[in-house]
Amino acid sequence: MVAAAFLLFPFLWIGITSLKTNRELYDLSAAPLLIRQGVTLEHFELLLRRTAFLTWLGNSFLVSLSTTVVTLLASVPGAYALVRMSFPGQDTLGLAVFLAYLVPPSLLFVPLAQVVAAFGLMDTLWSLVVTYPTFTVPFSTWLLSGYLKGIPRELEESAMVDGASRLRALLTVVLPVATPGVVTVVLFAFTLSWGHMIYALAFVSRSTWKVLPVGLLTELVRGDVFYWGALMAGALASALPVLALYGVFTRYFVAGLTAGATKF
Amino acid sequence: MVGILLGLVAYPLVSALYMSLTDKTIGSPGAYVGLSNFLQLAEDSIFRQTVGNAILYTVVAVMIKAIAGIGLAVALARIGERGATVRALILLPWVIPISITALAWWWMFDPMFSVINRGLRALGVAPSGVPWLGDPFWARVAVILVNVWRGLPFFATVFLAGLLSIPRELYEAAETDGARSLDSFVRITLPLLRPVLSLVVLYSVVMTVADFEIIYILTRGGPLNRTHLFATYAFQVGLEGTVISKGAAISLFIFPVLAIASYFTLRIIRRGEEYA
Repeated sequence: MVAAAFLLFPFLWIGITSLKTNRELYDLSAAPLLIRQGVTLEHFELLLRRTAFLTWLGNSFLVSLSTTVVTLLASVPGAYALVRMSFPGQDTLGLAVFLAYLVPPSLLFVPLAQVVAAFGLMDTLWSLVVTYPTFTVPFSTWLLSGYLKGIPRELEESAMVDGASRLRALLTVVLPVATPGVVTVVLFAFTLSWGHMIYALAFVSRSTWKVLPVGLLTELVRGDVFYWGALMAGALASALPVLALYGVFTRYFVAGLTAGATKF
Repeated sequence: MVGILLGLVAYPLVSALYMSLTDKTIGSPGAYVGLSNFLQLAEDSIFRQTVGNAILYTVVAVMIKAIAGIGLAVALARIGERGATVRALILLPWVIPISITALAWWWMFDPMFSVINRGLRALGVAPSGVPWLGDPFWARVAVILVNVWRGLPFFATVFLAGLLSIPRELYEAAETDGARSLDSFVRITLPLLRPVLSLVVLYSVVMTVADFEIIYILTRGGPLNRTHLFATYAFQVGLEGTVISKGAAISLFIFPVLAIASYFTLRIIRRGEEYA
C-alpha cells in the first residue's frame, strides 16, 4: 500500500496541478490535494497559445515513428541472420549486439555530437533519427533473436521447399509467428525514443526542432518564473500517448521488461 | 545492423578515446596532448567530487532498489492473480519516460510550494520544510529517491517473474519438514533468485552510474556540485563549456563500470543459470 502510494502519487499530482487554477495552486492555505475553486483548462491554453507545444509534439511523433521504422528495418533482418544463417564471426556479432545493448547513451553523446556535426546535422530532426537507433536497435535485435530461436526451423523450410524465397518465407511464415516479438519491439522503440533526452538536448537547440521533453524543460521556465501548471499540463499531454499504448498492450511491455533482464 | 553497431556504437567509443587525448574544443580541431586531460581531471576538485557522488548515488540507489524490490515482489506474489491491476499500475514509473515524470518531481520539490513539505507539515514533521534541492545533503536524498522511484517497479516485476518460476513443490516439501516461512525464504527463495538478482543489479549499476535526466532536470549537478554524475559533468564541460575533449574524457569513466558489469553478466549467462 505504502509502496503503491509512493509509486503513483506523482501521477496524481501531475493531474491535479494541471487542472487547478493558479490562484488556488499558489495559495498555501488551500488543501493541496483538492480542487475547490473549479477545474480550469488555462494551463493547456497557455501551452497551446504561448509555446510551440504542438510543434514539439509533431517533432516527437516524427522522430519516434521514424526511429521505430529504422529499428524494425535493421533488427528484423539482423535477428534473422543471427539466428538462422551461418557466417563467420556470427557468435562474435551476437555478443556484440548484447554488449551494445548494455552501453548507456550517456557514454556516447560527446563523440556522437562530433559525428552529427561532421554530417552537418546539428539542429535538425535527422540528428535524432540517425542517433536514436544506437539504443533501440541492439535491444530490439537481441529481443527478436530470442523470439526467433523459439520458432521451429521446419516451418520456413517447408515453405522454402514449396518454392518460396528466403525473404518471402521470412515475411509470410516467420514474422506472423513472431508477431508478439515484433509488437514488443515497436512499443519499446517508440517509448524509448519518445522519452529520450540527452541526445535531443545535445544536438538540437532551436525551438522549432525541439522534441517534447526538451521543449517543456527549457521553455516553460523563463528566468525565475516557473509555469508549473502549464509544465504539468505538458507532462500530462506528453505522457498520454505512452499511457495509451501501455493501457492497450500491457502484457507486451511486461514481456519485454522481463526478457530484457532475464532471458539470454 | 552491422553498420549501426560499427558506425554508431563502436566508432563513437573509439573516437571518444582518441578525442580524450587531444585538446579539441567545439570550433577548433585540437592537437594530440597525451594524458593531459586525465591529469587535469585528477587535480580537478569538481571531478573528484563527481567520482564520489557517482559511487554514493549508485551504491545507495541500487541497494535500496534491490532490497525494496524483493520486498515488493514478495508482497505482489502474495496478492496473486487478483493483483493484476496493481501490478500494471505500479509499473507506470518505469513505463512513462523519466524525462517527463522528473518534471513532476521537480515541482514536488519546489522550495515554496513543495507538496511533500506541505504533507510533512500537516503531519507535524519538519514544520519549517525540507530544503529538498537547495541543500547538498537533501539534494542527494532527493535524486536518489527519484532514482529509486523510477527503478523499483522494474526490480519488483523482474523479481516477481523469478519468484513465480520457482516450483511450488519446494516450498511444500520444506513446510512438511517443518520449516518456517522465513527459513524457506532464506534457504529456497534467495538462492534460486540469485542469478536473476545478480543480472538485474549489474544492469542497474550501469544505468544508474550513467544516469543523466534525473540530475539534469532536478539539480544540474548542484548544489556545490554534490549531485553531479559523469554524464551531467561531461555535458557541462564538453558541450555547454565547449571543451569537448575533456567532456569525452569524463564520459569515458562510465566505461570501466560497463566493462566490469558486462564481464560478470556474461559469466552468469555462460553458466547457464537462466530463469523466467
